[in-house]
Amino acid sequence: MEYVANKENIAKRIARFFRDGDVVNLGIGLPTLVGNYVPAGVTIVLQSENGFLGLGPAPAKGEEDPMLVNAGGACVTIQPGGCFFDSATSFGIIRGGHVDYTVLGVLEVDQLGNLANYKVPGKLVPGMGGAMDLTVGAKKVFAATQHFDNSGASKLLRRCRLPLTAAAEVDYVVTDIGFFEVRGGAFALKEYFKPYTVEYILEKTDADIVVDKDCMEVDLG
Amino acid sequence: MVAKPIITADAAVDLIREGAVVMLGGFMGCGSPAGLLDALERKGTKNLTLVCNDTAMHNLKSGEMTFVARLVAKKQFKKMIVTHIGLNGETQRQMNAGETEVQLVPQGTLAEIIRAAGAGLGGVLTPTGVGTEVEEGKKVVEVDGRKYLLEKALRGDVALIRAKKADKAGNLTYDKTGRNFNPLMASACETVIVEADEIVEIGELDPEVVVTPSVFVTHLVRARQ
Repeated sequence: MEYVANKENIAKRIARFFRDGDVVNLGIGLPTLVGNYVPAGVTIVLQSENGFLGLGPAPAKGEEDPMLVNAGGACVTIQPGGCFFDSATSFGIIRGGHVDYTVLGVLEVDQLGNLANYKVPGKLVPGMGGAMDLTVGAKKVFAATQHFDNSGASKLLRRCRLPLTAAAEVDYVVTDIGFFEVRGGAFALKEYFKPYTVEYILEKTDADIVVDKDCMEVDLG
Repeated sequence: MVAKPIITADAAVDLIREGAVVMLGGFMGCGSPAGLLDALERKGTKNLTLVCNDTAMHNLKSGEMTFVARLVAKKQFKKMIVTHIGLNGETQRQMNAGETEVQLVPQGTLAEIIRAAGAGLGGVLTPTGVGTEVEEGKKVVEVDGRKYLLEKALRGDVALIRAKKADKAGNLTYDKTGRNFNPLMASACETVIVEADEIVEIGELDPEVVVTPSVFVTHLVRARQ
């Protein structure tokens, strides 16, 4: 079986967790895609850490407002009922447990729930931005990642090697081949995505995986 | 209410001495005072410490730069206290080459230690950064079984603020996501210079919509139209 990276499937699966009224903060990059797959009939409230609730889609061409941007600096819109606030209030909302879910990108994630996504010493030093606060503060933390990096190495590990963004804060890991819960010092495999198999995941992942008793195949189309 | 002096951007940056700690509002430039940054670049004041969310954008391939990135490129800062430098290749280069000291701070922590300074607190206890490199050298305090880092309050000498509307007393409102760090920094510096899109008479701003109270503000500058 050959691995084919599929960011859309990661986004699709995560979006199915959300229920009406959930407050969600999506990281920049892959996590932003999750917003495109929220099921019909479900309304979530997106929090943008640069200072507002009610993040809406990108504006139509010609209607961009440079004073209304997301945390990546891109022009966006605000939904009816949304509101603006300063950075201390924004992170009060985040650390104070008022955000139900955050979805963050991954350089490495390990079976203890440690996440590394802000620094490769000497090479890539973008800074943590709001990621450390989001992992510590959100009620549930999703790590969203391709299962393998471009060299084919597993991004799910026994122990992170890179500097940590947060220690033991990740609750769920969704990759393009399966959905895992971080539980008891291992990755509990809850779902494997068609066409991959449990055996494939166990063989190719460089971490301890426990197959959940209710583990099932899911077809994300 | 007493009116605050309305001065030019050039006169305003004369208030920034060499070596000062400058707090700059804005998030990727959104909410940064462009006229004050231009004036500070023209004046060329050096050895400054920058406190800001980020250092805006500098694409080393195309040479394109925005907002404070131009001052970074001119090496006006000896130190930068920021949360994210991913879109500024020059800041990363200066950091990796050891030319400029760059201190990376979690965004929520930066906001809160500035707020604490403005509110007369010595610091804050935050769970953010426990078990990471951010913890190094800091006191860990346990409260009711949970670990927190003691993060000391951060004061500045001069705040450079961008407001939407100011009255002549210095009451401020902001423009959408341009608010970000501005109200916090306005509370935490000795000299607080506000570049406002519009300056109205005292009494014209509804007291219910004022975000930054006049007491924090020392100088007003009219933004270029």
